[in-house]
Amino acid sequence: MKYAYFPGCSLEKTQRGYDESVREVFAALGQDLIEIEDWNCCGATVYMSVQETVSLAVSSRNLALAERMDLDIVAPCSSCFTVLSKTNRILNQMPTMHKDVNEALSEAGLSYSGRTAVRHPLDILMNDVGIDTILAKQKKSLRGLKIAPYYGCQIVRPDKTFDDHENPVLMDKLFKRCGGELVYYPMKVRCCGGMLMTTFEEIALKLNKEILACAVNNGADAIVTTCPLCHFNLESYQDKINHVYGTTFNIPILYFTQLLGIVLGIPGTKLGLDAMFIPAGEKISSLMEKQYA
Amino acid sequence: MAGYETICVELTSNGDDMNISSQSLPGVMSRGESFLRQTFLNQVSVVPAGERIKRCLQCGTCTGSCPVSYAMDISPREVIALFRAGEMEEIMKSRTIWICASCYACTTRCPAGIKITDTIYALKRTAMERNGKSDGGPVRTLANLFIQNLQTYGRLHEGTLIRNYYLKVNARKLFGLLPLGKKMWKARRLALMPKKIKAYESFSRIIKKAQEIEMRYAHDKLEYAPEYVGYKGLGDLKLEQRKGEQP
Repeated sequence: MKYAYFPGCSLEKTQRGYDESVREVFAALGQDLIEIEDWNCCGATVYMSVQETVSLAVSSRNLALAERMDLDIVAPCSSCFTVLSKTNRILNQMPTMHKDVNEALSEAGLSYSGRTAVRHPLDILMNDVGIDTILAKQKKSLRGLKIAPYYGCQIVRPDKTFDDHENPVLMDKLFKRCGGELVYYPMKVRCCGGMLMTTFEEIALKLNKEILACAVNNGADAIVTTCPLCHFNLESYQDKINHVYGTTFNIPILYFTQLLGIVLGIPGTKLGLDAMFIPAGEKISSLMEKQYA
Repeated sequence: MAGYETICVELTSNGDDMNISSQSLPGVMSRGESFLRQTFLNQVSVVPAGERIKRCLQCGTCTGSCPVSYAMDISPREVIALFRAGEMEEIMKSRTIWICASCYACTTRCPAGIKITDTIYALKRTAMERNGKSDGGPVRTLANLFIQNLQTYGRLHEGTLIRNYYLKVNARKLFGLLPLGKKMWKARRLALMPKKIKAYESFSRIIKKAQEIEMRYAHDKLEYAPEYVGYKGLGDLKLEQRKGEQP
């Protein structure tokens, strides 16, 4: 299948590990990602909370560009995924808003019908490609690796998307079938605070401490996530959390596509493992060396 | 009736409400409150299913589900109670609406199906419309810089955003971020300079037009001008109908 790829701003550089691993994994599974030419920032939840019509016009530009390619959008970033899906929903439910947005888009010679589907890579990999296809290409087993699957908030909320609001399971299923052990992780959809790390740091540090503590206390070797902002908060602020709370966290945070890339035998440098601040650790390195029979 | 009004004025006026008469009758809002309620309901009207705010049963599931309610001065449940009681001013003064991290836990769990996160957004927009009267603190600063960044380049450049934010809010903290910046640079995760998108010109035209369109609605008056507390005066009208929607 072919998809219109919308990397989003954070995947462009600061979270290049996610971008690189999504591209590698999709290629390895025979899925074509064609980056949307000259895409713009989706506006994130910030814009939507401030100026409704403008934010919808800004995110619709991307949907309109994808519509011209006649392809569904793949958006790995949770915030982009939510904002683009929400734009679709609002435009489809409010015809006047839809008309207004198209009036704005026409300034750039664009128009949008409201039909571009917005998909998340996890959804495509599990529901379209399918676990059997993935297992057929498996090169490494995750045997012995204890994983805390962290979904964060925005890929499963607010709308009913491809997994459960309260207890999503697709990542659990994926890595369990690849041989991994999933630890009990009731914090899997708890909010990391997002931009609160910048605006109300003390609140965000507490939230992230709880998410990390739950994984570590339940014996996880790594937290696997789907969201660039969660990833950034959980990884880059571990030092600070340790400093503030006197903890000793040192747990690697991987994107689910990085771990899946390892399973598929893709070398770490191609998956952006070199961009990690907290190294993947011995367990992951050793399973990367072992050949899976 | 005049005598009754005088008593009410004595009981309720705190001196800064210059326009008295009917507005200080019990159960009737002051002009400021009425304006806020009007602005807020205008904002709620662009939220699909926003009118469900009327269904709130004050169960507190939102507050219980909120990971940051412990840091709020009024809880999400109280926000709706205050709106209902005609105390919009209290909501505007609180830090609650700025602390919401948009995780949507409340929205998915609300037994009345109220779009709570989107309602909080509508409150933020109401606060923004008061032109500087509302504090909003760091969140407002960040939101404004975010929008500025997006409008200048078409894509978000995180480095510029974070630098400008701390320059405005707490310049000393910027030094504290240097080690992280260095780490990011070494990991090839930092773009030093922002880059404009190619179609920047037409992108700006889209924004300009959309802003124009937004202004068209800015002074819309709701037909069911909400002068009363509670849900009286909201009538059976669906809020979404405002922008000429067909039911």
